[in-house]
Amino acid sequence: MTEGVKFLLDGAEVEARPDETIWQVAHRHGNELPHLCYLHEPGYRGDGNCRACMVDIEGERVLSASCIRKPEPGMQVSTNSERASKAREMVIELLLADQDEPQAEFKRWVDEMGVVESRFPAGEPVAPDSSHPAIAVDLGRCIQCNLCVRACQEVQANDVIGMAHRGFDSAIVFDMGDPMGDSSCVACGECVQVCPTNALLPAGVELEDGEVAADKVVDSVCPYCGVGCQVRFHVKDNKIVQVDGRDGPANQNRLCVKGRFGMDYADHPHRLTTPLIRRDGVPKTADPRFDPENPLATFREASWEEALDLAASGLKKILDEQGPKGLAGFGSAKGSNEEAYLVQKLVRTGFKTNSVDHCTRLCHASSVAALLETIGSGAVTAPVVECLNSDLIVVIGADPTGNHPVAATFIKNAATNGAELVVIDPRRRNLANYASHYLQFKAGSDVALLNALLNVIVTEELYDRQYVEAHTEGFDEIARHVKAFPPEKMEGICGVDADTLRTVARKIAGARAAMIFWGMGIAQHVHGTDNARCLISLALLCGHVGRPGAGLHPLRGQNNVQGASDAGLIPMMYPDYRLVTHEDAREKFEAFWDTELNRETGLTVVEITEAIHDGDIRGVYVMGENPAMSDPDSRHTRAALAKLEHLVVQDIFMTETAAFADVILPASAWPEKDGTVTNTDRRVQMGRKALEMPGDARQDWWIIQEIANRLGLNWNYGHPRDVHEEMRHCMPSMEHISWERLEREEAVTYPCEAEDQPGHEVIFGDGFPTESTRGRFVPADVLPPDETPDEDYPLILTTGRLLEHWHTGAITRRASKLDALEPEATVQISPEDMENLGIEPGGRVRMTTRRGAVELAARREPGMPQGLVFMPFCYQEAAANILTNSALDPFGKIPELKFSAVRVEPA
Amino acid sequence: MDAPRNKNAYPKGRQVDREARAEVRSLIGDAPRNRDLLIEFLHLIQDGYGHLSARHLAALAQEMKLSQAEVYETASFYHHFDIVKEGETEPAEITVRVCDGIACEMAGATRLYSGLSDEIGNTARVVKVPCVGGCFAAPVAVVGKKQVHEAEISTVAKALSDGDTTPGLPDAEPLNEYRAAGGYAALEKLKNGGLSGADLIDELEAADLRGMGGAGFPTARKWRFLEGTAKPRVLAVNADEGEPGTFKDRFCFETEPHKVLDGALIAAAVIEAEDIYIYLRDEYPHIHALLEREIEAVTKEGLAEGVRIHLRRGAGAYICGEESGMLESIEGKRGLPRNRPPYPAQSGLFGRPTLINNVETLYWVADIARNGSRWYLDEGRPHLFSVSGRVRRPGVVKAPSGVTVRQLIDEHCGGMAEGHRFKAYLPGGASGGILPASKDDLALDFGVLEEFGCFVGSAAVVIFSEQDQIRDVVLNLLRFFADESCGQCTPCRVGCEKMVKLLERDRWDQPLMDDLSLAMREASICGLGQAAPNPVQSAFRFFEGEIG
Repeated sequence: MTEGVKFLLDGAEVEARPDETIWQVAHRHGNELPHLCYLHEPGYRGDGNCRACMVDIEGERVLSASCIRKPEPGMQVSTNSERASKAREMVIELLLADQDEPQAEFKRWVDEMGVVESRFPAGEPVAPDSSHPAIAVDLGRCIQCNLCVRACQEVQANDVIGMAHRGFDSAIVFDMGDPMGDSSCVACGECVQVCPTNALLPAGVELEDGEVAADKVVDSVCPYCGVGCQVRFHVKDNKIVQVDGRDGPANQNRLCVKGRFGMDYADHPHRLTTPLIRRDGVPKTADPRFDPENPLATFREASWEEALDLAASGLKKILDEQGPKGLAGFGSAKGSNEEAYLVQKLVRTGFKTNSVDHCTRLCHASSVAALLETIGSGAVTAPVVECLNSDLIVVIGADPTGNHPVAATFIKNAATNGAELVVIDPRRRNLANYASHYLQFKAGSDVALLNALLNVIVTEELYDRQYVEAHTEGFDEIARHVKAFPPEKMEGICGVDADTLRTVARKIAGARAAMIFWGMGIAQHVHGTDNARCLISLALLCGHVGRPGAGLHPLRGQNNVQGASDAGLIPMMYPDYRLVTHEDAREKFEAFWDTELNRETGLTVVEITEAIHDGDIRGVYVMGENPAMSDPDSRHTRAALAKLEHLVVQDIFMTETAAFADVILPASAWPEKDGTVTNTDRRVQMGRKALEMPGDARQDWWIIQEIANRLGLNWNYGHPRDVHEEMRHCMPSMEHISWERLEREEAVTYPCEAEDQPGHEVIFGDGFPTESTRGRFVPADVLPPDETPDEDYPLILTTGRLLEHWHTGAITRRASKLDALEPEATVQISPEDMENLGIEPGGRVRMTTRRGAVELAARREPGMPQGLVFMPFCYQEAAANILTNSALDPFGKIPELKFSAVRVEPA
Repeated sequence: MDAPRNKNAYPKGRQVDREARAEVRSLIGDAPRNRDLLIEFLHLIQDGYGHLSARHLAALAQEMKLSQAEVYETASFYHHFDIVKEGETEPAEITVRVCDGIACEMAGATRLYSGLSDEIGNTARVVKVPCVGGCFAAPVAVVGKKQVHEAEISTVAKALSDGDTTPGLPDAEPLNEYRAAGGYAALEKLKNGGLSGADLIDELEAADLRGMGGAGFPTARKWRFLEGTAKPRVLAVNADEGEPGTFKDRFCFETEPHKVLDGALIAAAVIEAEDIYIYLRDEYPHIHALLEREIEAVTKEGLAEGVRIHLRRGAGAYICGEESGMLESIEGKRGLPRNRPPYPAQSGLFGRPTLINNVETLYWVADIARNGSRWYLDEGRPHLFSVSGRVRRPGVVKAPSGVTVRQLIDEHCGGMAEGHRFKAYLPGGASGGILPASKDDLALDFGVLEEFGCFVGSAAVVIFSEQDQIRDVVLNLLRFFADESCGQCTPCRVGCEKMVKLLERDRWDQPLMDDLSLAMREASICGLGQAAPNPVQSAFRFFEGEIG
C-alpha cells in the first residue's frame, strides 16, 4: 500500500503516510502521546512494550500501542477515551512505584501526566554498577523499556546488552550479567543517549532537575576518525560534560566511544597555553627523556610577539641562505579545511616550495594514487551508508569496528538485513562475526588473493560485459594478465583455499550491487598502490561503481584527511588535485595567489626525513602533526628532527615532535574553533566553537597568518569563513558549498551543482573524470613485502589503531575515559604463539626489529593468526614505529607500516 | 569474573576457553548452527552437564556466531536451565521439582516441599515449580525427569535413592493399530486427490470445531486465513499446555499420539505447509521420546512425504503456550508474545505465514476427517476436560461441549472427594476466573461464561471445597502469573508483582486493585496479563464475604 490511509483520529479525518504508525500520525498532528520505549529517531523500531502510548480503537476488545499500530482505512482511533487515558496513567504510576526520583524523559511524562505519586508498594532496591570508567549504571532506575538493548543490538550492533531473566526479574545485562566494566562493552554510549530514565549515564556528571547540567549546547562535528559524525556538545563551566550524536547523514545520531567520551582532552593540564622557546644550549636529543608535564626545563615561556618573530625569522634565514629546498611544512588532517588550505598556501607562497605534506602519506596515499590513475578521482565513489542498498559488501584490510566504528555499524546493519558480507583480513575482528565469508589470508599476500578473484571473474566470464565495454579500457590487458593467477596457484601464497576464492569471486561478480571498503591494510604496503589497483579492477569488471549500493570506498582515517588532501596538503598537487607540474594549473594558482610558484613536485613525509638527514632540508614548520610518533622507523625520524636547524611546532600538546622544536606555538583544540571538515563520504560539514581556549593559546588560522605575514605575505583573513570563501573560488569541489549554506544545512556533499540542490552521493554512473571518460584497468604483479621473516626475526609485525585511541595518542591518551579504558601499551599475539614463545597473558615481552626494540605487555588475542603480531602505535612509552620499516610504495610513497619482520621474546 | 579484567592480558569481555569449545562441539555435532536451534543446544548442555556453565555458554555463543548476551538472554529466560557463572556453585546432580500448581497445593504440596527440603535437601536440589500437568495425581514431584504421582516424602526419597529418574514410554496406540482402524486414510485421500482441502475445511466448519488451546476460535476460519498467503508456509503445533490444571494434551499423546500426528499432517497438507514444528512442553519428556519414535515411524512409512516434522522442546515457561510466545521460542529466543497485527497467518514463524493449532484441536481434526462432521455433532461436539481438585476421581473427561460442572463432578468424576463439600471452581485453569458452586449449572462452553467475567479456556476445571480459602486460591494463581509473566510489558510485568504484594496485605484495596486490573486487562500485550486479574475480580464479585 503506497497510498495514504485515511482514518479518524479523535473524530477528525487524517491521512497516514505509508508505513506511518498511529503515534507518528498523531505526533504529526501535534498530539505527542506519552512514550518511553519508543524513540522517534532513525534506526529505532517501535517495540510496544511500555504501554504508555495506548489508544482506543473502535470495535477492539483491548487497547492498542500506538507506536507500533498502523492505521487501517476507516479505523476510528481515540487517544483520549477514558479507558485509554486511565491505562496510560496506570502504566506511569506502576513504573513510578519503583523509582526513587524520576529523571529524564520519564520525569517529563510523570510531570506532564500529573501523576503525583504511586499508590503501589515499591520493589527491592538494585545496587548501582560503577565498574565502567565512562558509563554509570543504575538499574534501580530501569523500566525495562529495552531501548538500550535495541541501541546495542539493532542500531550499533555491538551486541553487549541483553534483556535477561523474566517477569519482574527481567533485567538489563551486559554479556552474561557481568559488571559493565568487565564486559565486552565498547562504550559507544548509544544506550546512554537513548535511556529515558538515566539508568545509564555518562560517569561523573552532575544532574540538575533530572538532566545533565549544562550552560549551553553547541552543534559541531566529531574530531576523530573520517566518518564525520555530527555531535552536540553540552558545555558547563567551559568544559564539555556530555556529547550526543546528532542526526547527521553519516551517523544518524550514532557515536563511538571516542566521540562520546573522548572530549575532555581539551581541558587536560598538559595543554600548551603559552608560546615556548628552546632554552639556549639545551640540545635536541634523539631519544629525549622528556617530561611533557614539565617542559620548562627545556623551554622558556615567551610572548607571542617574540615567539612568532623567532619562528618566522628562523625560516626566513634558511630560505635566504638555502632557497626553497631548505624548507618543508607539515599540515594536519585533524584541523579544518581552512587551516589545511592556509598551511599549504603558506608553504607554497611563503616557503616557495611544494614540500608540504600530511598524514595522508601514511594513510591512503597509495589508494589515492591508484584511484587517480584509474578513475581520475581520489575520493570515494559512494558514501558509507550506501552499503544499506548493497546486496554484497567487501571489507578488506580494514578494521572498521575499531577505526571507523560508526561506519561499521551501518555495515553490520546491512549484513543483518541480508546483505552478504565478505571480510578479508589477517586479523579476525568483530566484524567477521557478521560475515557470510571471512577470509583470513596471509599478511602481505593481497595481490595474490585479489588477482585470483579477478582470474575467476575473467576466466569464468562472470564480468559485466556491457559495463566493461561502455565504461572501461585496458580489459584485454588485464584479462591476459590475470590468467596467470588461478586460485589453485594462489591458494598456497595467500592461504585461502581455491574453492573459497572461487565462491567469493562468483558472489562478488553475481551481486546486484556491491560496495568495496578498504583501509590501511591495503594501503600501507610497498605494494599498496597495486593492492588498490586490484580492488578498482574488481569493481570495474563487475560494474560495481556509480549505482545505488555500488562503489569504491577507501575508509579515510582522520576527520579531515579528505578535506586536507582536497585543500592541497600534498606535495604534487594544488587544491583539488591540480598537478604542480601542470603548466595550466601552476599559472592558474600563480594568478590566483598573485605570486610565482615552484615548478617542482615537493617531497613527501618520509622523503622529507631523508632530505633532512642529507642536509638538504634545514627548517620545518609542523602544524598539528606528530612525525616523531607516526612515521616509520622513529629513531631515524627523530634523529632527523634533532638535526633540524629550525623546527617550529604549532600544537595543543607537548608532543614527541614538539620536544625537538625551537619554537612552540600553543594552538586551539577542535572544540575551540569554527571551521569546516570533509569526511570520508566527501561531505563538507560545519564545526563550531564550543569552548574558550585556555591561557594564551590562539586560533590556528591566526597563528599561520601571523607567520605568513612575517614572511611578507600580507594576509588579512578575519575569520575562517574568509578563508572558506577564497577556497570556493579556486576549488571546483567547493562550488555551491558556501560557509553560510553549511551553517544552515550542517552538511553538503560535493560535487554539488547548485546552491539549492543536494550534492551527489553516488558518483561516476556515466563515466569517469579521466581523459577518455573511461575507467582504466591497471594490472598488478605479486611482489613480496620489503622485509620477510627469517630466523632472527621470525614473526610479522603489523600496526594500527585501537578503538579507544586515535593516531599517535597525543589527544586520546589525554582523554581521561579513553585512557582509563586502554591505559597501557600491549602487543596482540595469537594464543598459539603465546604458548610457543612461553609468554603468559599480560606478561612483558621484548620486541625487536632491525630498527629497534621496545618492551610492553603481551595480550592474548584469539583473533590473531599464528605468526602475526599487532601493535597499536599510540603509546609513546612503547612506540610501535620504533620498529616499523620505512620502505616505500613507489607510487604512493607510503611506508610499509603493515609488515615488518620482528622477534618477540619474554622480557 | 571475580577480579576486574586484566586489560593487558586479554581483549574485552569473557574469553572463550578452547576446551569448552571442544566440549560444546562434541555435544552439538554436525547440527547446523542455526539460531533457532539455540534452545535445543542449551538442552544438550544442560542434560550433559546438569547445568549451563558460563564457559559453555560463551563457547556456544562463539560456535553459533551469537553474542554472549543473546545466548544469556535466552538461557536465563527458561526455568529448566541452570546457569552457573564463574565462582558459583553447581547445582546438585538431581533436581526434585515439587509442583505448586493449585491442585497440588490443595493436596499438600507446601508440606511436601518443606519436608523434602529437610529430608533430601543435602543430596538433591529441591525446588518449587509451576503446574507440571499431573493434577490428576496430586501432589506431584518430579525426580530428575520422572514424575512421582501422589507423592509422599518416602516415595520421592526412594525414587531418588533408586536412581529412578527417567520416565518410561507411555503405552500408546502404535502406528499399525491406528492405521488398521482407518487412521491416516483421510490424509492419503487428500494427497491422492480423493479429498480436497477446501472440502475438508468445509467439514471442519460444519462440525463447528473450535481451537481447544483456550481461545475457541473456529478452526476452519483459521485455516482459511492461510489461503493465498506466500510460501513457504508453516504449521506449528502447540503442545505447550501449561495452564494450571490442564493435562488433556498429555492425555492425547499418551493414548493416541497418531491421531494428533494425523491431524497435523492433514492440516499441513491442506494449508500446503512445508514444515511442521511441534513445540512440546519440557515437563513431558516421556512424550518427547514417544514422539521421536513415532515421527520416525510415520516418516518411514512415507506419510510425511514433502513435510519436515521438527520436534522442539520447551524449557519451562508457561508463556510459551501463548501462540506468539511459542513462535519466538521455536526461533530460539525468549518467549515474548508478539504484538498483533501482524497475525501469524500473515507473518508467523520465521516471518512465514503460519497456522498454529493446539494438540487437542488436531486430535479432533483427525476424527472429523475420518468420521465426518455429522459424527462430531452427534457426539455433542466432544471436548476434553481436565478435572482436578476435590473430586473423587480426577482425570481427563471426554464430554460434550456445554456439560456443566455438576455433571462433571457427579457423572464423570465419582462425586466430591470424601469429606468435601463443593464450594467453587475454576472453569478454565488459572486464567478463566473463579465461579461459586451456585453457578454449577452453567454450560462449560466457549462464549458462555464471559458474562460472569470467566471463560472455559483450556477446560481445566479445578474443584474447590469448603476447606479451601478463596484468598489462598487467588494468591496462588496470581503468584503463578507473576512467576510466569514474560516481563515484556509494564502492565503485566509490574502489575502482577504489585497485585501479589497487594493481595498479601490483610485488607484488599479494591479501588486500587480495580484500577490495576483495568490497566492489566486493557493494556497488556497478551492473554496472560489480560486474564491475570480475573481471579481477583471473581473474588470481589462472588466471594466478597470471604476476602475482607
